[in-house]
Amino acid sequence: MTMPLTKNAISASPLDDADEIFRRHRTPLAVKYRTQIRAFFAATLPPIITCAVILLVWQIICARPNSALPSPARIWTEANDLILHPFFVNGPQDIGLGWRVLTSLQRVAVGFGLASVAGVIVGAFVGQAQWAARGLDPIFQVLRTVPPLAWLPISLAAFGDSRPSAIFVIFITAIWPIIINTSVGVRNIPQDYRNVAAVLRLNALEFFYCIVAPSAAPYIFTGLRIGVGLSWLAIVAAEMLTGGVGIGFFIWDAWNSSRLPDIFVALLYIGLTGFFLDRLIGFIGALVTGGAQPN
Amino acid sequence: MSSFLKIENVDKIFTHGSATTKVLENINLRVEKGQFVSIIGHSGCGKSTLLNIVAGLLTATSGGVILEEREVNEPGPDRAVVFQNHSLLPWLSSYDNVRLAVNKVFRKTETRVKRHERTMRMLDLVQMTHAKDKRPGEISGGMKQRVGIARALAMEPKVLLLDEPFGALDALTRAHLQDQVMALQAKLGATVIMITHDVDEAVLLSDRIVMMTNGPRATIGEVLPVPLPRPRDRIQLAVDPIYLECRRRVLQFLYERHSYIEAA
Repeated sequence: MTMPLTKNAISASPLDDADEIFRRHRTPLAVKYRTQIRAFFAATLPPIITCAVILLVWQIICARPNSALPSPARIWTEANDLILHPFFVNGPQDIGLGWRVLTSLQRVAVGFGLASVAGVIVGAFVGQAQWAARGLDPIFQVLRTVPPLAWLPISLAAFGDSRPSAIFVIFITAIWPIIINTSVGVRNIPQDYRNVAAVLRLNALEFFYCIVAPSAAPYIFTGLRIGVGLSWLAIVAAEMLTGGVGIGFFIWDAWNSSRLPDIFVALLYIGLTGFFLDRLIGFIGALVTGGAQPN
Repeated sequence: MSSFLKIENVDKIFTHGSATTKVLENINLRVEKGQFVSIIGHSGCGKSTLLNIVAGLLTATSGGVILEEREVNEPGPDRAVVFQNHSLLPWLSSYDNVRLAVNKVFRKTETRVKRHERTMRMLDLVQMTHAKDKRPGEISGGMKQRVGIARALAMEPKVLLLDEPFGALDALTRAHLQDQVMALQAKLGATVIMITHDVDEAVLLSDRIVMMTNGPRATIGEVLPVPLPRPRDRIQLAVDPIYLECRRRVLQFLYERHSYIEAA
């Protein structure tokens, strides 16, 4: 029961009086935010504990001085500069891992950006035109299983230079899931929306902008998310072969000069960056498609 | 003799691979301007197919639809449809759903301000201005249908096509919306064709009730005029002898002469 609190009401009812006193009583912060504090530790404690256990086991296994792989402690002592200073520049080939990741990200941005635009357009076309779907779908299904690096010799031959070749490998790796998901999204546009478009006589451009894009957006973003993951996988492999300043080449270089601890640090950077990319696309997708789920 | 809307000798055959089904056979119907016509029949008799042919969403296998001396063979805003499941775009607010139709139909003839005013007027007509910024997911079924009606009316259609517009609503909301549609039709003098399977709804709203035989090869079995004066009041009509007689005749058609055959 909610009664407006007026002077009369308070004096008339002892119950409301008690209510008022209770409300004025300040609760301590620890009690007030108890559930939030609990939720925070429930979310953060398990990963911290698992990481600690894994590091401990790893340390124990690789503790012998002649072990093949370095222990966490040895990685820290030999490569902590890479962790602590990601953005140092000591020369053209001696730069921090942060710079290397950014160089790789730049390539991914170009390749993945081109793949997104081309993939969404081709996917929308394939989803819309039935004969195109029948003709092209088998080709897509075969080509998408080709491993990224298998494209590298072809692109090297075609472009004659390593830089566009690496970007092409990203492009060709990322585009298939984008095309396939977009075409499924477009094919799944409910007939109702098509009828609305027909009654309103929307032209092709308006149909794409008003109906196709918002309706297929959840599918498109699923494709983009898979695509960005694949391109991050591909860039490391491609850079190992093409050279340059990227994070992939750094690993290859470290292997050739027997700097195993550096490789472990690089793996950490790659993993975190890939995770970040995935979350970024997921976040953009949630922003764009927010509330767009069919009801 | 020329009528506002003519449906002439319409046949519709659906082909699935090698199997063909004749859904509609020899449909002839004339609708005068400002008339409210209901099409009633058991489910599966092809009422929606007929409506879709008038809307231009389907093409007749033979025969045709003539609106104001012009044959229609593609969809257009002059024959606005209110769909059974509202078909609002879920990523647009109520306002934007109506505005999309207004923009499309009046972009060349009206200024931005005029189009905004028109959109607001349409929302006001169905009493939905309070929820203009809500998305379809955030409003009730009856409200969605009202926005759907506003969107259709916003196109200033020559004919308003209602495809079981109240089918998915609960009884109370349905009655409320029926009254609103009656009031709107009286106000705007719209020509309406409504699909329904509700006898009371048909008698209450219509000037004529078109009764369809069972499919396949469904056709118009009988056309019943409803000579009740307007405005109509559902409570008074409940004991009106003309209302009861109309109701009896529709029921007789549906349950005695063309009773529903369970799909084999």
